[in-house]
Amino acid sequence: MNQGDLPFIYLDHNATTPVRPEVEEAMLPYQGRICGNASSLHTLGRQSRQAIEEARDRVASAIGAGSEDIIFTGCGSESDNLAVKGVAWKNRSRGTHIITSRVEHPAVIETCRYLEKNGFRVTYVPVDEAGLVSPDAVAEAITPETVLISVMLANNEVGTIQPVGEIAAAARARGVPVHTDAVQALGKIPLDVEQLGADLVTLSAHKIYGPKGVGALWRRRGVKLEPLIHGGEHEKGLRAGTENTAGIVGFGRAAELAAAELEQYAVRVGQTRDQLEQEIMAAIDQVRFNGHREKRLPNTLNLSFEFVEGEGILLGLDSAGIAVSTGSACSSGSLEPSHVMLAMGLSPVDAQGAIRFSLGRDNRLEQIPSIVSALKETVERLRSISPFYRQPEEGGEKD
Amino acid sequence: MNPQAGYSPEVMDHFYHPRNVGAMPEADGVGKVGNPVCGDVMQLMIKVNDDVIEDAKFQTFGCGAAIATSSMITELVKGKTIDEAVKISNRQVVDALKGLPPAKVHCSVLAEDALRSAINDYLQRAGRPPIEKPPREKKE
Repeated sequence: MNQGDLPFIYLDHNATTPVRPEVEEAMLPYQGRICGNASSLHTLGRQSRQAIEEARDRVASAIGAGSEDIIFTGCGSESDNLAVKGVAWKNRSRGTHIITSRVEHPAVIETCRYLEKNGFRVTYVPVDEAGLVSPDAVAEAITPETVLISVMLANNEVGTIQPVGEIAAAARARGVPVHTDAVQALGKIPLDVEQLGADLVTLSAHKIYGPKGVGALWRRRGVKLEPLIHGGEHEKGLRAGTENTAGIVGFGRAAELAAAELEQYAVRVGQTRDQLEQEIMAAIDQVRFNGHREKRLPNTLNLSFEFVEGEGILLGLDSAGIAVSTGSACSSGSLEPSHVMLAMGLSPVDAQGAIRFSLGRDNRLEQIPSIVSALKETVERLRSISPFYRQPEEGGEKD
Repeated sequence: MNPQAGYSPEVMDHFYHPRNVGAMPEADGVGKVGNPVCGDVMQLMIKVNDDVIEDAKFQTFGCGAAIATSSMITELVKGKTIDEAVKISNRQVVDALKGLPPAKVHCSVLAEDALRSAINDYLQRAGRPPIEKPPREKKE
């Protein structure tokens, strides 16, 4: 196993990203010298407050929003919880029906399951074989009881980009607010909350080269939420707790950089990703592509290597100094195949064999040959162990 | 939650360098257990001479722990008599691997089941009654 002596090729940016040096530099004063609690009236407190408000402006600008509508939270999962439970609890006297999709992040799906145990009814809209939600299916599921629709902007496992704009348009006509988890979309595809038309948008810092432990929820003015954490008037009374000043400052800087570099990032990471895919397909037989060919994040590639299970591939690549993921990092360790793969109609064997390559700004074309050769070696080794493996039929050869 | 975090060096060794991999066309007993829905399928084959297991081989679709437990049980069973082999428990496989993460203990149970199934296949082919499964201890 890699013990830090090999140069690591990191291909797990949908799980998390390293903090950029520029971000680290921006955060540093607030980890030490400028220690004030942003609620304190003294100079150090006021400096913290000012830094937080500047970061709020930066995060808001990155998504075309007004800064007063950004609520900082502890992570993307908290933002999802605040959006879904916050709207549900606030509107429970008006209705108890929620619509979501079958491919959401667990922070939305598990929150919906929790609400089901507490008197709510949830419709989990299916997806097609590319992982795409149909806006018509969502619209048809709306009832007079529906208080929220939650559909992610881009899927973490396969990168499929959902038609959230169309869903929001249909929902607005029926007066139902729409939440979207845009954690994977931020910094990878253009994101403008006004163009999108959603009412609540979840964001996270650590997927865009910011620090872990800080997220945000953008809330359209007028959308009412019940807070999850009580204990102070922080964040307009919607999220009590002393602000994570350094984390928020880092988020602001990371969002600013991500928005400024979006175009060049998307072009470069997309080219590297496409080249990686071509070379894997050329080198290894019987590989299944998972996801949508066009409506996909530029950095994400999900493939099933038939006849083998994903964890073995992950471990094999790890020993060669390459970091990838099976399904989502949150569910590895559980025994079930990925809910996203099953919702897309993959067989359990193909679902178990899915590997996600999620590239980042530091990946280079020059890394591809070593990735492909390590992958080929690992897959061939695991196939030689697998009871399912059959050679592809070629030139009349039968297995 | 990272499954690898709990893998011992013994598990990693048996995963990276599994013993006794492959098909055994002349097997005297074959056991195939598991289900891809749960993540693992193991096929264990034994060559038996005079009730002594002379050779064992396996083929497994599954995670690192599934491959390591298959490899380890084939090592444990070689040279054992049928009577000795049926007494090999999943706990012995776990111990030989210096432990498994709790979420992966089921792989060792599957390995034990595969062995028992191969032994019963051997007995059945010889026209002898299968060996009853002893009650497993409640919690691993």
